[in-house]
Amino acid sequence: MLKIKVLIGFILLLSSFLLSAAIDVYQFDDPEKEGRFQKLAFELRCPKCQNQNIADSNAEIAKDLRTKIQQMLIADKSDMEIVDYMVERYGDFVLYEPRVKPQTYLLWYGPALFLVLGLIIIILIIRSRNKTYQQINENESSLSDSESEALHALLKTNQEKK
Amino acid sequence: MIPEIGEFALIIALFLSAVLALVPMYGAATVNELWMSYAKPLAKGQFLFMLISFICLGYAFSQDDFSVIYVAQHSNSQMPIQFKLSAIWGGHEGSLLLWAFILSGWTLAVSLFSRSLPLDMLARVLSVMGIIATGFISFLLVTSSPFLRYLPSFPEDGADLNPLLQDFGLIVHPPMLYMGYVGFSVAFSFAIAALLSGRLDTAWARWSRSWTNIAWAFLGLGITLGSWWAYYELGWGGWWFWDPVENASLMPWLVGTALVHSLAATEKRGVFKSWTLLLAIFAFSLSLLGTFLVRSGVLTSVHAFASDPERGFFILMLLAITMGGSLTLYAFKAPNVKSESNFSWLSREVLLLVNNVFLTVMAVTVLLGTLYPLLIDALGAGKISVGPPYFNAVFVPIMGTMAVAMGISVAVRWRETSTKVVIDKLWLPAAISILCGLIFPFFYGSGFDFRVFIGISVSLWVISTVITEFIGKFRNAQSFSIKLKQLPFSYYGMMLAHIGVAVTAIGITLVSTYSEERDIRMAKGDSVELAGYQFIFQGTHVVKGPNYVADQATIEVLESGTFVVTLHPEKRRYNVKRNMMTEADIDAGLFRDLYVALGEPLNNGEAWAVRVHYKPYVRWLWLGGILMALGGLLTVADKRYRQSKAEPEDAYV
Repeated sequence: MLKIKVLIGFILLLSSFLLSAAIDVYQFDDPEKEGRFQKLAFELRCPKCQNQNIADSNAEIAKDLRTKIQQMLIADKSDMEIVDYMVERYGDFVLYEPRVKPQTYLLWYGPALFLVLGLIIIILIIRSRNKTYQQINENESSLSDSESEALHALLKTNQEKK
Repeated sequence: MIPEIGEFALIIALFLSAVLALVPMYGAATVNELWMSYAKPLAKGQFLFMLISFICLGYAFSQDDFSVIYVAQHSNSQMPIQFKLSAIWGGHEGSLLLWAFILSGWTLAVSLFSRSLPLDMLARVLSVMGIIATGFISFLLVTSSPFLRYLPSFPEDGADLNPLLQDFGLIVHPPMLYMGYVGFSVAFSFAIAALLSGRLDTAWARWSRSWTNIAWAFLGLGITLGSWWAYYELGWGGWWFWDPVENASLMPWLVGTALVHSLAATEKRGVFKSWTLLLAIFAFSLSLLGTFLVRSGVLTSVHAFASDPERGFFILMLLAITMGGSLTLYAFKAPNVKSESNFSWLSREVLLLVNNVFLTVMAVTVLLGTLYPLLIDALGAGKISVGPPYFNAVFVPIMGTMAVAMGISVAVRWRETSTKVVIDKLWLPAAISILCGLIFPFFYGSGFDFRVFIGISVSLWVISTVITEFIGKFRNAQSFSIKLKQLPFSYYGMMLAHIGVAVTAIGITLVSTYSEERDIRMAKGDSVELAGYQFIFQGTHVVKGPNYVADQATIEVLESGTFVVTLHPEKRRYNVKRNMMTEADIDAGLFRDLYVALGEPLNNGEAWAVRVHYKPYVRWLWLGGILMALGGLLTVADKRYRQSKAEPEDAYV
């Protein structure tokens, strides 16, 4: 986070007003729309900023986009329509939640896949381990007749020595 | 003169670390005791010269020596002294110097506190740290020296430090974080030394474990501090942004957490040895990767102001050598490492493996999400962003499932536990947690909420299983106080850390569900109601700081008519660069924060845009982080480690 701030510092060199958190006033007649506005503004990325959503960014373009979202919400557009409009203009880059499509299959399904793989590996490890130990145990307990005789003899001599 | 001494000390430190990298290592390979015994004095010498170098830079900052480029770029004569000094690590060159300085500090610590370590092991560990130091100090000298001068003419005053960084957060956050990052180099060096010597026994795990736990605790504290800092300083009220820079610190922490657990199994039971080694290698490699991602600017190339290809390339080479070298060594040597004992399906070993799989998958997910945009871009498939909605969607289910396993793991013994015993122990905590989780949203919120139900149940599950198990320990004990003392510190450390996870989870659940915020226009006398609190705007006045001028608002907060607090958020303009800064004011509390930030003046200053937040349980996030770190540190205070250190068997040394 130090570095994020350092980076922000570099943006600062270019424009000095960027830093102040974007606090604007957007009025809605309907609290439900205000909630949707906040959610959309949080999940869309400001196309020209370092790594900020349009809710937090104070760049001109983010302001424009906030106003645009507000207008579209007031015009009773659905969230879908608003997002589609943004993607059409600025590409997939504006989506903080990338769409599920062939290029992002690995991104979306990868974690689940790794998890399943990991658990399978655990099962395999435990199984093979148990097998080896069973074998060792069996080998230990099943001495051949001659071996057990030899063992007895050894034990006996040991005892006699004492 | 002083900066030149600093540069010169850095050069001497480079030579010492190069010698440290070669001589003791060669001595260990040829069983030459004299050569091995050079390790300690070299470690001390290296630290001494890094210290001199560091002090020289600090001196240049404190004396406002603006002929030094780095000082001129990151300081200003008006800045208060504490920020002048912490500006040492306010930029690239200084952060790297801090990195290398802390590395020499860890090297010194290993050489001082490892009296029970066999000489050849110590020699190898210190040598590996010497190799890393050689890489980083040459990086500093070749591409990023903080001691370069503006000659012959230099600016009269400095360009000032970014106002965001002129804060208490800068003083504590980076050193903590770096202590963690760099601390993993010790775990890494121990792993490499083990691979080289083939010695990987309980004693090795014990040595390695205390160092790893300390590093892990520092990293956790660093991340926690960073989150807290971002929360109060950025003025957005957010506490985690899934920004690449944050992810860079989260990845080593996740792998480090896995390592801490895996090491426990290796120490206690002699299992998962090769896996432990691999985790140690990856924890440090991810620390380096983080440094690379942040310093090279590849991830922020949208506007590539900060990137410097030469520096990025250098770190990438360091990373390639570290990972390539260590993994090659691992590939050759690890197959010889054999684990020693057996365990059944329901045993702590298996649950630790499950824990490791979850943590590793989480780390891989963060890596995937962080690098995916680069990957897609490199393949020419367009530009995409991966942000908070993705990480939340993937992380929350994995974390939830892992928390369930956490609860089971404390009730399960090493080797083998019967299913009946586990069920007997766990049914009550399970019932209580689910019940409380069901009821909670009705009492606290307005009605049932599935996320809150899951979050609260799972957190209470983690806490209640730990407590049940703790109480169970006293069932057959004769005396409460004797048993209390008998339990090892590492057990208390585990309890504390696990409760910390639950506390953080409760914080995350509640603050992300029940937070309220409003952006509104306020003129003098206006008031706004939020979550039962009334915020009354009483106008602004101008205040002067040491190097800024601010509009300070006065906002009185009432709760059902009774006075709660007066908040003074500020809008600052810093004198040098004319930056505007929002300085939020917060009324912090254990169960809720009231957070007010000033936006832009509207209608020529008659009114202001104001953002008010109500943040329930947000403190719990950081409280949990602190508990986890304390837990990690407590483990190190365990008798076992103290004994092993106090043992007088220093025959080699």
